[in-house]
Parts: sequence; structure tokens; C-alpha cells
Amino acid sequence: MAGAGGGGGVGGGPAPMGGSDLQWCFSQVKGAIDEDVAEADIISTVEFNYSGDLLATGDKGGRVVIFQKEQENKSRPHSRGEYNVYSTFQSHEPEFDYLKSLEIEEKINKIRWLPQQNAAHFLLSTNDKTIKLWKISERDKRAEGYNLKDEDGRLRDPFRITALRVPILKPMDLMVEASPRRIFANAHTYHINSISVNSDHETYLSADDLRVNLWHLEITDRSFNIVDIKPVNMEELTEVITAAEFHPHQCNVFVYSSSKGTIRLCDMRSSALCDRHSKFFEEPEDPSSRSFFSEIISSISDVKFSHSGRYMMTRDYLSVKVWDLNMETRPVETYQVHEYLRSKLCSLYENDCIFDKFECCWNGSDGALMTGSYNNFFRMFDRSTRRDVTLEASRESSKPRAILKPRKVCTGGKRRKDEISVDSLDFNKKILHTAWHPLQNIIAVAATNNLYIFQDKVN
Amino acid sequence: MFARGIKRKCFDGEEDIEGTLAGFKSVPSYNLQRQSLLDMSLVKLQLCHMLVEPNLCRSVLIANTVRQIQEEMTQDGTWQVINAQNTGQASLDRLVSSDILCRSTKEQGEGKLVPSYSSFSKDFEDIQSQDIISDLSTVASVQAPRNPQSNVWEMENPQENRGNFQKSLDQIFETLENKNPNSVEDLFSDVDNSYYDLDTVLTGMMSNTKMGHCDVLESFSSQTTTNSNSNCKSDINELDHIVEILVES
Repeated sequence: MAGAGGGGGVGGGPAPMGGSDLQWCFSQVKGAIDEDVAEADIISTVEFNYSGDLLATGDKGGRVVIFQKEQENKSRPHSRGEYNVYSTFQSHEPEFDYLKSLEIEEKINKIRWLPQQNAAHFLLSTNDKTIKLWKISERDKRAEGYNLKDEDGRLRDPFRITALRVPILKPMDLMVEASPRRIFANAHTYHINSISVNSDHETYLSADDLRVNLWHLEITDRSFNIVDIKPVNMEELTEVITAAEFHPHQCNVFVYSSSKGTIRLCDMRSSALCDRHSKFFEEPEDPSSRSFFSEIISSISDVKFSHSGRYMMTRDYLSVKVWDLNMETRPVETYQVHEYLRSKLCSLYENDCIFDKFECCWNGSDGALMTGSYNNFFRMFDRSTRRDVTLEASRESSKPRAILKPRKVCTGGKRRKDEISVDSLDFNKKILHTAWHPLQNIIAVAATNNLYIFQDKVN
Repeated sequence: MFARGIKRKCFDGEEDIEGTLAGFKSVPSYNLQRQSLLDMSLVKLQLCHMLVEPNLCRSVLIANTVRQIQEEMTQDGTWQVINAQNTGQASLDRLVSSDILCRSTKEQGEGKLVPSYSSFSKDFEDIQSQDIISDLSTVASVQAPRNPQSNVWEMENPQENRGNFQKSLDQIFETLENKNPNSVEDLFSDVDNSYYDLDTVLTGMMSNTKMGHCDVLESFSSQTTTNSNSNCKSDINELDHIVEILVES
């Protein structure tokens, strides 16, 4: 993983991203082209592993698809390597809760990779209720010459065996197998929104609307409840947990965000039940912009620690904020994602778009941020130059190595030639999930059922 | 801007209400929008109950919005709502095409303010005659034809309505907890029958009882099926039987 501050991409130095320094090019797109999108194919989570060689996606149909980066090729100097399908498996199935008469969706809410410890890869995938640990392993050899069975597996008649032989390992076509190694179930009454692997590589947390649980990766029949914000009287419920994450280096520290726009940092050493936070991050409200929608748009949809562990980033409906863990009173940086939507909040409330949960991510050097928007737009912010850019994931700009052209939304008055007006935005095309390669300038953007991969222009 | 000052931002960027239209004409517009937001929110909360468990975060945010409106309306004394009996059904009766209202702020210029208000009353009458309203008001009696304008501007038993409103808000959360069978009935006794039908198909129950959606859930999670509706007797026996089986297992 990239270190703090300056450690950057393959090219060395911090990865610049704004303006003239860096240009993004189309690399690949995965997924069906037709207009008619099957609900099950909608991508619901995207995650690179620690080395960036593997890219996992989960969808509403409960499937996980893992792509692997091919080796960089000297004969193709313009490419950082393409991602090809490595493994596909059905992680979760739809279930029915008979007691409540309700369906449990198979949609994969989150995937988190475990750090690699041997030849196999491990990841955690979760739906609303159950977390599963999957082992993905390769098999490229097969044993031949068994004594007790034929080549096609049929048992040999023991009386016909006259001699013994030692089976020989022979190469075979690469086969990638995914097998569920642990199933962590029955610990969540409410819908799981986050999972996060601890830096100790032995434990992980899972968070639902009202509780956060701590698990040991080896133990499936027990979990520790470390945060519980459920009121005794459900009538008094006014706030829910929206996201949670472990600190990347301090294994006793985690944060969780709420629907009221607050973040609480907890230290597991202070008590078993971390209902009392160690730090409380909240930005005071701006009284001049108060409206009936203020609380809804302040609800945090994602929280991510920087790789350095010094900062954290939160995403609310209209902005992305960077917080210094040492300062609880206000964020150190605020970036507007789509401020032009502020005057449309009533309509967005009516069509439920105001409840869309956008995610956000850091680049490897913590110098840039990325998050999605509507109309298949996504935004990138350079923290040092304060430059930002809006790009679009669309089939039209999907020619190999085509440079993405910055897009602009016009908010009123005269619309310039390449601009798009706010009223023309397609609110059904939302980019909720994006991921940034931990070491290189490669990004993965999920646009409904398509996965776009973009790379920086390699000179 | 508005006579009430800058405490609340107006909806959807409407900032063009002329100073000359201050007083009577600008205040109704704000109240109207606030009321339609309240109606929209209540409908959203009720429509949560589908096959999949409702999104708790969304429900909490909507409920908080409703509380906020309620508080403000209580403070400025415009809290009258509607029918003392059944807030849920009443809010649907008063449902205005929220699309019109959300758009109306954009279209409102100085001259358009009055016409859009009259289109509100027209829509209201149109909606009253639509099937969906009649489906939804099977149980509670519909009040004698009311002048929509008088509903908005008159005070009608504010105390009682406020109490009922709070009660129904609480009921919504009780529902999510499946805790309190009695109160839930009131809230959902007039739920659109089509929801109920779907649910009975799924749970394999008889389809001509008047039980609300949540009553079905209640009967599975509590042993005592307290249903005051006398039409359900035979179904209650069957439910009891099912509950016994579930509880024993």
C-alpha cells in the first residue's frame, strides 16, 4: 500500500491529477451494452485489493466478479495492463425471513479484501444480513495416475489392481475456484451497511443501522457488539449509523458516521461497549442555508480513512469533506460535488434521489479524491492544487485510449456549447461506487450495470 | 423575502416572490409548500411497507422531516391538519399533485402566483375523484365535501390533531419494531387493499379479511392476535394455528 504523503504511483512522486498535469483515458468497459438493464446486473460495490492486481465487483443479483490485471507488456507501452475476468461466483442467494414475512435481498452491499498471506486470496462479502469469507485459489496442476480410481473418477475394482504407482502432477488449464470458508450470520437485526477489516488482520467490524459488531475471522458463532445506538423506545429513534471503518494502522480505533452528519471516533481500549465516543466530529450548521432538507443532505453516506491514517473523508449529499483526526470542530477541506442540485432538493426528495448513497475514495498518495454524481458523471478533486474535474463514464467516449473530456454543468443563463443544463441531467444514471487503484492511476467506475476502467495517459 | 424572515430557506430556489406580494399572497405559498411536503412525507412513510424491509435510514430521515414541519407548524399556530380520526387517510385525501407544487415554485413569477394556487384547488378536486383515494378510504368515513381552502386556513382541533399525528409517527416506528399490535391497526386499517392482497398471496392466507398489512406481521411475532375487526374471526383462528406452530418450533 502506498505510504503517507509523497509515496505515489509507479511513475514515482505524488500522483498529480488535475488540469494539465494528468489526463484520463478510457481503458475498458465491462458489462452488457443494451439499454434494457436487468436489475440483477446492477453493480452495487467495487473494490481493488491491496496490490491492485485484483478488482472485485458485487451486484444486486448476489454475484461477485473478480478481474485480474494482466502483466504490463513491453509491447504495449501505452497500457498499464488490462483487467480480465478471473473468477465469477454466486456469493449470496435471496432469502425469506419467515418470521417477519420479508425478503432478504441478495444484493452485495460491500466487498472488502483481506491482505494476502499465501497463494490464495480472501475477501469478505456481505448482503443485508450475512457476511461471508471467500477463498479464491488457483489450480493449475492436476494429479494423474491414481491407484484406486480411473482417470474419469470411477472407482477401480480392487482385485484388478496388480501394481502400485505414484500419482504424477501434470499441468492443466488454470482454474480459479471460489469457496466459502466462513459464514457470519444472525448477528444483525438491521441492514448491514459496512464491513471493515482491522489492521491486525484477525478481526473485522460489521455495521448495521443501529449497531456495530466486532468479529474474529476464525469464529462465526460469536460476535461482540461494540456500538449500540438503538433507543429503548423505538419511538425515540432519530439517528442511524450510515457507515463505519477501522483505522488503517491503529487496530483499536474505528469511526462511524450517522444520518445527522456526525462522525464518532471510538477507542476499543476504553471500554467494551463503545457507546461513548472518544472524538466527535461535526460541522456547525450554516444558519443561512437552513431548510427542511438540511438534515437529509447532511446525512453521511460514506466515510473513508486516508491511507496515512491522519485524515478521513466523508461524503454527504452535496459535498465531500476532509477531516483532520486532530480537529473535531470542522473539516479542513470541503469540496462541492454538485452544488447546482441545492435548488432542486424538493424534486430530488420527491423522486427519492435525495436518499442516494454516494461513496468516495482516496488515491494512493492521499493527494486526490473521487466521488460520483448523476448523469454518469464523476468528480475528482486535487487536494494540493484545489483543482477539480468532472468526467463522464459513457459508451460514447469509450474508444481505446480516448482521452476523457472534462464535462460541465451549466446552472443558469446561457448554456455554452458543450455544457449540459441541470434539467437535462439523467438522475437514473448515478455513479454511486468508484474505486482507485492503491498504487497507480487506474480507476474503476460503476455506472449501473457497466464497469468502466480508466487510466492516466502514459507517455 | 417572506414575512417570516430568513429562518427557513424557500423550496426549490424560489426567490422571486415580490415584496409587493408580501402578506397574504406570499405566506400561503410557503404554507402550501410546507403542507405538500408534509403530505408527501407521510405518503412516503406509509408506502415503505413492501416485500423487502424498508430502509430504516430513509424512514428516519423522512420522519425527522415530518417532525420538523410539525414543530414549525405548531409554533406558528397553523397546525390543524385534518381529520381528527385518521391522519394517514386524511393526508392522502389532501394529497396534491406534489409534482405540480414542486414545479410551481420554479414557474412562479410575480404574475403566476395566483394561478398556481387555483390550480392547486383544481388538482385537489381531480384527485378526490380518482380511484386511488376511494380505495384508500374504505374504512374511515370521508368527511363531508370540504372546501380545500378552508382546510388549509382554518384551525380545526389543533390539540387533538397534533396528538394523533405524534401518535401515528410513533406508530410508524413501532411498526418497524413489530412491537405494538394495537396501535398499528389504526394506522394501517385503510391501507390500499392491493398491498394486502399481495401479502396474503405470499403468506398463503385467506384474502377477504380486513386486516392491514402490519397486522399480518404482528400475528407472526406475537402470540396474542388482538384484532378488533369482527370480520376476521375465521382467519384469526387460522392465524392462531399458524402462530402456534411457529412458536412451538
